[in-house]
Amino acid sequence: MKLLTLESIGKSFGVNQVLNDLQFTIDQGEFVSIIGPSGSGKSTIFNMIGGLLTPDEGSIVLNGKRINGKRGSISYMPQSSSLLPWRSILNNVVLGQELQGAVDKDKAIAMLKKAGLEQFVHAYPHELSGGMKQRAAFIRALLSPQPLILLDEPFSALDELTRADMQRWLLDIWEQHQPTILFVTHNIEEALFLSDKILILSEKPAAIKKSYDVPFQRPRNEDLFLEETFLQSKKEVYHYLKNVD
Amino acid sequence: MKKQFLKGWSSLFVLLLLFIIWEVAVRLADTPSWLLPSPAAIFTEAITGWSNFSIHLLSTVQLALLGFILGSVFGLLTAMVLHLVPFLREAVYPLLILSQNIPIIVLAPLLVIWFGFGLLPKLIVITLVCFFPITIAALDGFRQTPQDLKTYMMMAGANRKQLFWKLELPFSLPSLFSGIKISATYSVMGAVISEWLGAKTGIGVYMTLASSSFRTDRVFVAIFAIMLISLLFFAIILIAERKLVRWRSIEGETK
Repeated sequence: MKLLTLESIGKSFGVNQVLNDLQFTIDQGEFVSIIGPSGSGKSTIFNMIGGLLTPDEGSIVLNGKRINGKRGSISYMPQSSSLLPWRSILNNVVLGQELQGAVDKDKAIAMLKKAGLEQFVHAYPHELSGGMKQRAAFIRALLSPQPLILLDEPFSALDELTRADMQRWLLDIWEQHQPTILFVTHNIEEALFLSDKILILSEKPAAIKKSYDVPFQRPRNEDLFLEETFLQSKKEVYHYLKNVD
Repeated sequence: MKKQFLKGWSSLFVLLLLFIIWEVAVRLADTPSWLLPSPAAIFTEAITGWSNFSIHLLSTVQLALLGFILGSVFGLLTAMVLHLVPFLREAVYPLLILSQNIPIIVLAPLLVIWFGFGLLPKLIVITLVCFFPITIAALDGFRQTPQDLKTYMMMAGANRKQLFWKLELPFSLPSLFSGIKISATYSVMGAVISEWLGAKTGIGVYMTLASSSFRTDRVFVAIFAIMLISLLFFAIILIAERKLVRWRSIEGETK
């Protein structure tokens, strides 16, 4: 079932055309990654789905409703954890719910426990490490009532080890809850490891150059990184990304 | 904590030293007490004249508190309106700065002509000195809200009201408190000045009477009383700040 559809989206800032005839769809429960050269308009796409920007052409349809320029239709996890420093972790993770209406603290506590943040339920964000902050930020997005989660390079500020940990953790949580996720990254391995589908963006003005279906079975684990087929896929995606039309 | 404690003591020590030098200098030079009384003489006057002075003290504290509360509320409201209506902000901000350039000493007699000798002109004077630091501090605090937090809130669907109450206002609290601290100390000065306009009681009245009858010791009692009240106000605000902005102070300690 189609959850999100972008239909021939165009966007320019003055003479600078950023997106041209961009289209893709995301199914319910699908994990989709967007990968592309830096400055290719990934954040513009996010800001449009989030309603901060309005497309010049085309329409964005979520659950059969046109959401051009409408804020609050999706839940969001930014690059920096963006937890509010004066709120405890518990009060932070329910913020997404709070903005939309009803707050369910019991569910939030249960989820924090599952995420290994049990001791930190009443702690403040500055007491947490970078990885733990990102976990809390993801739980906040997961608890929000919207049907689609946008993840904007959520692990790019973390060190390599924490990053690998977080990828495994995210995969786990995703397999448990099966939320629909749109994930922006510029790490090919990360995209292959996590997603069902990878959308490869072209240079500016950006459009989808290739929609790559990730061939690996789920559940996945980190052994995947060492397999021959993984390397093969990595080469293919790299090729699409760099090529030579 | 220990460091702060030591800091407090060291300034007290310097103050004590100054008093000792003053005492010794006055005694050695044999200065007449109407010119410069010794600290001991001032202290004696503070104790013997307490029953008379306490009435004035209480009246000033009440006036300062009332004016301070009024000024704070007015200052915060002004900041909120200016922040939420950008057009007004551009139009009114320069006028706010101008309002601080009016010499109070000149304005005060005018206020008496317009509003009489009652409470109103006094409160106007105190509000005028108090609101400005709060407005400026709050406006700065609202404006410095980090862009990434704002982006998150907007992506998550926060409306203007939620953005202000859940993000901008709590974020501005540390900055707001610096403004409130300044205003709290100004309010005492404002109250004393407003009492010069004409009042029955108050430190301002007591001071005027004392200096016109060459009771320099009483003038000094008044000065020290003003300092003490200001310090007390400051301390109360500081405690409130520690309670309300706990996240900030903990954050600072761990870094």
